[in-house]
Amino acid sequence: MNLHNLLSQLEAAPFARAIRESTWLFPTIETVHVLFLTLTVGSILIVDLRLLNLASRNRPVKDLTAQLLPWTWTSFIIAAVTGSLLFSSAATRYAQLWPFQAKMAGLALAGLNMAVFHLGAYRGVDEWNRPPAAPPAAARIAGGLSVAIWVTMIGLGRWIGFL
Amino acid sequence: MLKQFCDWLVSTPASEAIQNTFWMIPLIQSVHIVSIAITVSAVTLLHFRLLGLTGRDQSVPETARRYLPWIWTAVAILACSGLLLIVAEPPRELENPMFWTKMTLLLCALIFTALFQVMLKRDGFWERNRALSALIGIVSLLLWTGVVVAGRWIAYVVHS
Repeated sequence: MNLHNLLSQLEAAPFARAIRESTWLFPTIETVHVLFLTLTVGSILIVDLRLLNLASRNRPVKDLTAQLLPWTWTSFIIAAVTGSLLFSSAATRYAQLWPFQAKMAGLALAGLNMAVFHLGAYRGVDEWNRPPAAPPAAARIAGGLSVAIWVTMIGLGRWIGFL
Repeated sequence: MLKQFCDWLVSTPASEAIQNTFWMIPLIQSVHIVSIAITVSAVTLLHFRLLGLTGRDQSVPETARRYLPWIWTAVAILACSGLLLIVAEPPRELENPMFWTKMTLLLCALIFTALFQVMLKRDGFWERNRALSALIGIVSLLLWTGVVVAGRWIAYVVHS
């Protein structure tokens, strides 16, 4: 079975049809999506700015991540589920839009960036956990890339709505 | 009156410049959303701290000093980008009841946040008035959430 058939089946699912045909379901799910994506990106930015040594400089990195990661993951899961529901309502159409494709590529890049950071620079976090030690170059690059990727993803997501 | 104002605004060079560049509105909206991300996250983390639910390793005043400057800076960017969006499409906002609902909620949210900031200056206020601080935290959080919800629905309420 090819991707197009799979997406057509998704689109034909009762919940996808309900979202497509209802006047209020799509905007309601989209509102929840926006609320939780702002929490996802905001909590990620706080950590990124710490890695870039631009904010929260008086706080140990590990304390900051311990406080914020539950927020990031919880809101990310809600944003992903609501985003998937929105996608299902017109799956074959969205899949062909370049901003949607780019946004998904951004998501993959963000994941890759995070994996590289955790397996690399973050292993030595104890050496730069506490101020005044500054995060090493690898951590700053990971933080900068993360800011760029997530902000771009917001722009791409907004662009999908215009096509 | 409002209709005439919208007609005038939409014909200004500034409005036409934004309308005639197809990527300007999504770009301004993206700046708006990134600023919402900053505001919502700072507001949520601050108010959950007020409720004693997160970040208890820092005191309420410390948490407030950490987040309030971000909230006010982002709100200033939101005001500027929001203003540009009104200039670009005046009737979409000014003749839309959902926009005015959003502005009312925003005014209340700003008053609550400013009130919170004033009370912060009194030493030990939060330790002495836990119930009040929890109440302010919940109301303020609901107001800010309402601002975002109403904001998204502007696009779905057809203006007159």
